[in-house]
This record gives sequence, structure tokens and C-alpha cells, in this order.
Amino acid sequence: MAVQALSAAAAANNPLTKATAQPLAGGTTLIDLMKLDVMRPAAVIDINPLARGWSAIEPGSDALRLGALAKMSDVAAHAEIERNYPVIANSLKLAASAQLRNMATLGGNVMQRTRCSYFRDVSYENCNKRNPGSGCAAMDGVNRMHAVLGTSDRCIATYPGDFAQALIALDAMVEITGQAGTRSMPFAQLHKPPGDAPDIETTLQPGELISAFAVPGRWPRSVYLKARDRQSYEFALSSAAVALDVQDGTIRDARVALGGVATVPWRAREAEALLKGQKFDDGLAQRVADAAFADARGRRHNSFKIALGKRVMTRALQQAVTMEIRS
Amino acid sequence: MSDKSSSRPSGFDRRTFIAGAAGSALVPITARAAAQDASASGAKDAALPVDVTLRVNGKDMRLHIDARTTVLDALREHLRLTGSKKGCDHGQCGACTVLIDDRRVVSCLTLALAAEGQEITTIEGLATDDHLHPMQQAFIDNDAFQCGYCTPGQIVSAVACVKEGHAGSEADIREYMSGNICRCAAYPNIVAAVKQAAPEIMKG
Repeated sequence: MAVQALSAAAAANNPLTKATAQPLAGGTTLIDLMKLDVMRPAAVIDINPLARGWSAIEPGSDALRLGALAKMSDVAAHAEIERNYPVIANSLKLAASAQLRNMATLGGNVMQRTRCSYFRDVSYENCNKRNPGSGCAAMDGVNRMHAVLGTSDRCIATYPGDFAQALIALDAMVEITGQAGTRSMPFAQLHKPPGDAPDIETTLQPGELISAFAVPGRWPRSVYLKARDRQSYEFALSSAAVALDVQDGTIRDARVALGGVATVPWRAREAEALLKGQKFDDGLAQRVADAAFADARGRRHNSFKIALGKRVMTRALQQAVTMEIRS
Repeated sequence: MSDKSSSRPSGFDRRTFIAGAAGSALVPITARAAAQDASASGAKDAALPVDVTLRVNGKDMRLHIDARTTVLDALREHLRLTGSKKGCDHGQCGACTVLIDDRRVVSCLTLALAAEGQEITTIEGLATDDHLHPMQQAFIDNDAFQCGYCTPGQIVSAVACVKEGHAGSEADIREYMSGNICRCAAYPNIVAAVKQAAPEIMKG
């Protein structure tokens, strides 16, 4: 775990500055992983008393602000978010179950840990994420669910969330609150690809909490498409968050992010560059999908995700182009 | 940075955070062998049980339990309310579903300490006097179970599903009941039961 020493005076006031302390919001990841012995915090700090100030859902005229302790279910069902940010509403609706969406918060959602079966099973010693330097059991193990983009030779664990794909596609900012006050940075800078240190998953420092997300603009022409082994209540094998600005048949702006296939929330900027200024057709969709997966690397069981990911992305683009916009 | 400059429209500011983090507004829960790390003010010795009062089916229940105890274990092991079932114990099956402040949640991933001050409704709290809840009666009428182990969770979840407005069609019922797994696959009959009970529940 990343540890940055804070001054003793600051640490005395904030138990979360202890690297061994974990904040508890909805608990749907933390309590699960504590039972599995994967996470072994010395202290758990219930941050739900902060919810009154941190759970607001605030759609503005040309931006959206979401408190980090807002529940997934409340955001998913919000009429203005359904209308102006369908990619956000659907990324939340298609995730988890009704019970879990009632518990889980937005901040916790983006911080959820990988579902890699070797990470979750402590009987496997080899997990660079859980046990740094120990190796990776997934490399030559059962890796059907693992990532094909953003991997390293240390880790191929998939980032499991859906909401993060919508945030990264829409250029969201994340607001972070700690002892020194509040800072804001692009959501794209929150997660770290595994590289040489898969155990360090985010740029959050001890004592810092996500307090809100801010999404600029409005994206009524946006889609979240998710392919999975079950029709409902399952993590993505492949997903695509697409937001378009189309005028007179020409794509003025395009945002594409991919889920289920990468180690971190994945922005497909090559795809966006190819889409901008173009008129949409099936040939373009194919070229765009090929570009997005050009650097993908499959392993024994997960190479199918490259073909599946392209198809999901192509279909999401088609849906976004043809969807009816309610004005 | 001053307190003022860090304030936000949501009403949060740094002062609230520090007060919350160090004061009684937060519940520090020490998880394991943590005495050496528990320097946070208010943190307790992890080995000692804590006093918790849970409001279950309209009654306040005082408990003296390990801080890590889930609502599910508190109900089953300490309050002898064994209607809520432990299936997977990891939030994947829905057998432990209860209502907290009228919202369905999985009690196996909810810490009892974090549920203090909230209204917990279990399967035992649905019936009134000698009358089954309409959803309980609908499950009987439609033979919506075989072994019955998932049934309390299914029924509690279904009550919430209807009240959320997600029982308008069979497709909706299937989607919004997907968090409750039935190993016997009684799904068609469960859907029929939810359809039957929905109008009566919405009528109040």
C-alpha cells in the first residue's frame, strides 16, 4: 500500500492517515474482502456520518456534481441523470444487484478492488497486488476474466467497475478531501495501471477521501453497453461507454471508454480521434474498434475479449448514433 | 487553505471533516489485534466487545458484541431471529436480505455498528398479528419455492422491489430481483408471486 508519512500532528487528528485504517462507506467491497482475509485493516472508520454533506446529486445547467456518498441506486434513478447522462445512469443500473446498489456509494464504487480470483483467494501466495513481489498466479492460470489492455508482466487483473468508464469518458473531475483541504484532479489520474507496482492502485494518499465527482457538459446522446456471462447481476466481460455530439450527421465530439477488458478505467483516445469530424458508418466503426484494441494482448483463456470488445464497442457506437434524444 | 475556501455547495467543509473524524460522529471500529495502531481518539481495544442497540422489527435490542459482527450474525446468533438466511455470506446470493430504513440491503455485508439508529425489518417483521404479508401469501399461492432456503430473502427483496416501482412487468421483476439467487430455480413462480402481490402492496 502506498504510504506517505504525514506530520505527527496531522495524523493524530485523522485516523485515516494510518495506512492500516480503512474508510467504511457501503461496505460491499471492504466487508467482503475482510471476510476473505484479503484486506486486514487495523481499524475501520465509518464515514457514513459525513453523508449529509457528501451525498448530494446536483445537476446544473451545464454540469453535474455527484457527492461521493450518494448511493448507486439513487443516482441511477435520478430523472435528470437518466435524461442528460444516460451513460452514467445505465453504468450504475447495469451494475451489481438492487440490494448492493442501495448500499454501495459512488466513491466506494470507483475504489472497488479487482475480482481476480487469485487476488481474492489467499490460498494462492502468488499475487503481486495482494503480496507484492510474490508473482502472478493468473498469468498462466485460469485467466478468462482477465485484462487484455493496460497489463504488465506483474499483473493482468481487470478493473471490475462500470461507473468509472462513464466518468473517464466524460472527462470527469474527482474532488478529494484530506487534512489540507480539498483538491480536484481529472478522474483519469485516480487509477494507476499495474506497471511494476500492482499493489498501488490509486493516487489517493493516506487520510484522503473522495468527496465528489464533477462532470462537465451534458451528454444526452450517450450509451453504456455491457456484455456478460449472465443477463443481470454480473461483472462485464466487455463494456463500452460512448458519448457523442452529432450534428447534421457529422460526429463533432466523441468519447469512448472500455470496461471489463483493461486493468484500469480505460479511455480509448485513438478511437475518439478517428471518429471526430466523420460521418458514421459500419466501416468507420470497424476501423475505430480495431484502433482501440491495437495494443491488446490476450492470454490463454481471454483472447476472445479482443473480438468481443470490438463488437461491444461497435454496437455501442451504433446505438449512440441512432438513439432518440428526448429534448 | 482556510476552512472557508474549502467549503462546497454541499455544505461540507474541513471543520466538519476533522470534527467528524476525531469525534463521536464517527464510529471507530477496530478490526483485529490493533491496539498498537488504535491511536485514533475514541478507538477501542479490538478484543473488547462493544455495546450496540439495534432497532429490529420495531423493537430496540441491546447487544454486547464483537465490533466486526454483521447485522446478519447479530440477527441469527444474538437475537435468535433465524428467518434471514446465511447463504454465501459475501453479498452474492441475497438470502440475507433485510430492509434498513425501508431499503433492501444484504445484511451479511452490513456491520451491526453501522446500522445503529436505523430501522431494520426482517422476514419476521412482515406479518401483522395472524395475517401474512401479501407477498408471503403470494409465495404460498404460487408455490414460489422448493427447498425454501432463499425464500425469506426473496420475499423481503420482493416487497422492496414492488415499493420501488420495479414490478411493472415480468422483465422488470426479473431484472430487479436478480440479486436473489434460487438454487432450485423456482424463478417462474417467484415472478408470478411478485406479480400477484404487487397491486395489493401498492394499494397499501
